[in-house]
Amino acid sequence: MRQESMRQEGEKGRGTLYRRRRKRGEMLLLAAVYGAAYFSMFLLLGIIGYIFSRGFRILSIRFLTSVTSAWRGTVGIGGSLVNTLYVIVLTLAVAVPVGVGAAVYLNEYAEPGILVRSIEFATETLAGIPSVIFGLFGMVLFVDVLGMGYSLLSGAATLALMVLPLIVRNTQRALRTVPEGYRDGALGLGAPKWHLIRTILLPSAMPGILSGLVLAVGRIIGESAALLFTAGSARLLPRLGKGFLGNLSALSRKASESGGTLAVELYLQMQNGEFEAAFGIGCVLILLALVLNMLVRLAGAAGREG
Amino acid sequence: MEYRKRKAAGEAAAQMLCTFCAAIALLAVASITVYMLKSGIPAIRQVGLKEILFGTQWRPTAREPRFGILYVILTSIVGTSLASLMGIPLGILTAVFLAEAAGRGMAGPVRCAVELLAGIPSVIYGLLGIYLLNPWMYRLERRLFAGSGTHQFTGGANLLSAALVLAVMMLPTVINISEASIRAVKPSVREASLALGASRVQTWFLAVLPAAAPGIATAVVLGVGRAIGEAMAITLVSGGSVNFPLPFHSVRFLTTAIVGEMGYAQGLHRQALFTIGLVLFAFILLLNLWLTGILKNSAQGTGAGRTERAGRAAWIGKERSARQRRA
Repeated sequence: MRQESMRQEGEKGRGTLYRRRRKRGEMLLLAAVYGAAYFSMFLLLGIIGYIFSRGFRILSIRFLTSVTSAWRGTVGIGGSLVNTLYVIVLTLAVAVPVGVGAAVYLNEYAEPGILVRSIEFATETLAGIPSVIFGLFGMVLFVDVLGMGYSLLSGAATLALMVLPLIVRNTQRALRTVPEGYRDGALGLGAPKWHLIRTILLPSAMPGILSGLVLAVGRIIGESAALLFTAGSARLLPRLGKGFLGNLSALSRKASESGGTLAVELYLQMQNGEFEAAFGIGCVLILLALVLNMLVRLAGAAGREG
Repeated sequence: MEYRKRKAAGEAAAQMLCTFCAAIALLAVASITVYMLKSGIPAIRQVGLKEILFGTQWRPTAREPRFGILYVILTSIVGTSLASLMGIPLGILTAVFLAEAAGRGMAGPVRCAVELLAGIPSVIYGLLGIYLLNPWMYRLERRLFAGSGTHQFTGGANLLSAALVLAVMMLPTVINISEASIRAVKPSVREASLALGASRVQTWFLAVLPAAAPGIATAVVLGVGRAIGEAMAITLVSGGSVNFPLPFHSVRFLTTAIVGEMGYAQGLHRQALFTIGLVLFAFILLLNLWLTGILKNSAQGTGAGRTERAGRAAWIGKERSARQRRA
């Protein structure tokens, strides 16, 4: 139908010189609109295709599990992978409870007023602060003032502040979509507020919370500037101790040691001109981004069904 | 009774906990502001505000160190403007495509591509910039300045390369927010324009886009914020020497100065880097204030939200009276 109307327009346009000229301008604009859209699509395909074509052949079990060492002559990202995992887990362990709690307060407890407005303004501001600034702040507060040193823990604390707005915003949005009838029903049956939140609101908002969480993971994996200043760039694997308890203490000690995530490692390799390894890491990062994107879609679909 | 009391205590504790969580966001912004001021001001005191902000020489490690960051500030402004000139029109056109022009078949892939572009880590843009874009730029540079005796060749790592990378990086932000605001325009605007005989393209650009203007302004401000704060993607792509920001000069941005030198900076040099961070922070806060202004303006007066609500109320009232009449 759209095409038909376009054809009719075209026939009309053939009438006068003025119309024809106007038509040409419109065709140019239309071409620009389509061109812009195709540009961003081909840009993405080009980026992904190029990274894969350069980096895919470097990927191997050995590359993923070993550690780069000039002494042994190995190139690998095992340590960076473990560091990334640490930062993700530590960051989410802080950011998710705090973010969900803040969203619950804003949506369920708070009376609209200056406090709510200033907290929402603070969240917006936090979302707009560039990661370099977070890095500088983390370097001063966590590394120096609180004495946590260049460690995965300092990095995670910094990133927790950075992803907080993502989690708050997604949880708030999810809470808003819970039908008002659920609240009225539960309160009408005499359920106290926290009981209502815990047993009804949070479970119904779960898909939204999860998609916020996945977005946060994506942000953490891609982050480099803030981590470079707070978590440093070491790439060692955790040295395991003896027995279960020994392992446990070794693994927890690792959190207070310096460590660079995949993105930081990519930056350092690129800086040293080691493009082979850099493209290999880029490949891993893009694969992770694709998987996370799929997870967000799944969470979104679950939210629409639920 | 005992049970009930415990339950009430739990309720109160939960509320307290949630309030505390919400306060953390406030606390974080406050302490970031305080610490940025605290670590940025000492260098200003020592060197002098005028010397730092308007000095053109940046020689932090020389025997007589100079800490003028005027060119660094200008580079951030010019680089972000250049990126905006490319990224914003492209983003808005793509948003028009997604919200208005695309049939069901094409909107999906393009939207998916935009989402993925937003998810690609900034270091990867940097990697492609230094590996692909810089050599191309170098070829262009050699052709343009073939006969020039005064041009310092940069190997392609220059302001223009960095601006191109930034333009791509701000695309997703601009597209997503513009698309949402175009979609939020009431159908009646579109219908009225079409009914008056405007063509589809005229309707998009003369009726729908102006109606979505506040949202698009938001998209622009957030996109600019993203570009001005980006560091890792352009650290290596932009060259790295402090120069007046011309397209083919090797330059240093506010962000890349911090990333590039923090590793070895000490003493006053380190404090000066924090001052650069403070300047960047001030830029971001200004953008945020501007954004709040835009949102407030659009909420008042001719804002879409209010008229829409009024329109809906009127419509509901009409329905009701019609129903009553029928009854």
